[in-house]
Amino acid sequence: MNNPNIYIPYLMRIEKITQEAPGVKTFRLKFENKQEAEEFEFKAGQFGEYSIVGVGESTFCIASSPTRKGYIECTFRQVGRVTSALASAEEGDVIGFRGPYGNTFPIDEWKGKNLVFIAGGIALPPMRCVIWNALDLRENFEDITIVYGARTVADLVYKHELEEWGNRPDIKLVTTVDPGGETPDWKGEIGFVPSVLEKVAPSAENTIAIVCGPPIMIKFTFPVLEKLGFADHNIYTTLENRMKCGFGKCGRCNVGEKYVCIDGPVFSGEELKLLPAEY
Amino acid sequence: MQIDNYLIRQTSLEKLFNNLIGNGKTVFAPQASEKRILFEKVKAFSEITDNYLVTTNAAKSVVFPRTEKLFSYKKTKETTEITDASTEAVPEVVLWGTRPCDAAAFIPLTDTFNGDYPDILYNNRRGKVYLLSFSCATCDEYCFCTSVNGSPGNTAGSDILFTKLSTGDYLAEVITEKGKKLVAENQTLFEAAPEEEKEPNLAKVKTYFNQDEIQAKLQNLFENPVWDEKSRACLGCGSCAFVCPVCSCFDIQDEKHGSKGTRLRCWDSCGFSLFTLHTSGHNPRETQGARWRQRILHKFLYMPDKSKVAGCVGCGRCSRVCPADINILETVTSI
Repeated sequence: MNNPNIYIPYLMRIEKITQEAPGVKTFRLKFENKQEAEEFEFKAGQFGEYSIVGVGESTFCIASSPTRKGYIECTFRQVGRVTSALASAEEGDVIGFRGPYGNTFPIDEWKGKNLVFIAGGIALPPMRCVIWNALDLRENFEDITIVYGARTVADLVYKHELEEWGNRPDIKLVTTVDPGGETPDWKGEIGFVPSVLEKVAPSAENTIAIVCGPPIMIKFTFPVLEKLGFADHNIYTTLENRMKCGFGKCGRCNVGEKYVCIDGPVFSGEELKLLPAEY
Repeated sequence: MQIDNYLIRQTSLEKLFNNLIGNGKTVFAPQASEKRILFEKVKAFSEITDNYLVTTNAAKSVVFPRTEKLFSYKKTKETTEITDASTEAVPEVVLWGTRPCDAAAFIPLTDTFNGDYPDILYNNRRGKVYLLSFSCATCDEYCFCTSVNGSPGNTAGSDILFTKLSTGDYLAEVITEKGKKLVAENQTLFEAAPEEEKEPNLAKVKTYFNQDEIQAKLQNLFENPVWDEKSRACLGCGSCAFVCPVCSCFDIQDEKHGSKGTRLRCWDSCGFSLFTLHTSGHNPRETQGARWRQRILHKFLYMPDKSKVAGCVGCGRCSRVCPADINILETVTSI
């Protein structure tokens, strides 16, 4: 951020709004200030504080890939006061954004490896950033597998992109919904992400697993990956504890000694094992 | 930096105070009200009390106000205009009558507001603060500064430390550039250093534990019944954090008046149940025991691990103010 006052947001105009699922929207945001747009850089895995002045700030990962220049995207579910205010914003409105904050997925270290992305529900957005980042550099990686689950078919986000990924010969996409969440014409899997993963996962040999989901999904997915032979240092996740500042001062997002905002949000399985389950 | 020693007469303290006021400085000092001693803005020397152990509140609000404007805004359908609050002028403030524990607390507080993201709002205020502390001649059962690398005559953090001598006059230890500047501006009030030793004039604060040993023990104490046991009475009121001179956890909230408004930083507490609550309803610190553990680990393990300085100065305020009689010293010594 160029402003010496680290609490001042960039002003961003909403260029496009996409309704992804019931209560879930994606905003494409462009900088109001040209210079800020030119100087802004981020990497896959980082997050920001999105705000409506007069209402407050809310924390989401940047959902677009750093390879797509000129804009950022965020996807959020309308739940609380701030996300409700964001949800009622229209294309052309100006909102606030502070960031990028936090560490990044070590995507450069994954060259020549297979990647398996595992996401649940509204946790696909933080992963979409690194998925597109990898797809835009497709030749750098071997097999790419995406395992994505949501409660119901309607709750699956990025439906157009799921269709696109499903049609690509260089991606193996597996979608699943919770039992009872299927529709009559549902062609995907039925079952929770960890158990579906166990069936469809690629070999752990030369493979990096990237997991993102609610804490409960992470806690159930890690043992499955372990059983499949994934070493802790080949597993990555991104945590999303409650935050206010985003830069290690407000004091609430820490997991043991580590602050999710500055030491994370990206953690390897190896790092996570050293931390208490305070997420 | 070398500490310069002087003598300042009891009668000269008032002159020093008047000169500070005369030079346009805002002075905050302990003022006695019916039930409390609070750091308040004072205009006359007679408003200050010297009959206090420590003040009820901490002096931190001078650099970290309870509610602080981060910026203001004006919004129309088409545009949003933001006005940075950090460009507003900040007054020169003298904190008169801080105790050595209060002064030492500014060290970890400043650490928190710096690092990779220097907080200009905090730094602007901190840069304008002079800390004129007074050593402790008395202590009570809640005091434990000597267990956390402090002492009743500790100079760390203060610009000038005054210690009352048997004659009623004061030893003035001038510690920082800021302190030296004040002495230069008031040269006639500062006389040659007294012969009398400082030590006999200080309170004897019992050492209950060793911070380094506690830090080592806490490494492996995350899962332990002590957290629930010691926090059963906790009401989650957050008083401990509000009176603590080091606690700096905050919330960010917006206040809106029509098309205008402000974004504010407000004190918060790890003792509040909403502090870590996720939007989903999941709470990583679900019980009061988990919150009490966070408070202790943050102060005695995480902060010293990160910046070498504990997040507790042993002032005892949190224990004195707790409506449920939870005592931080009792928790730490039981470990």
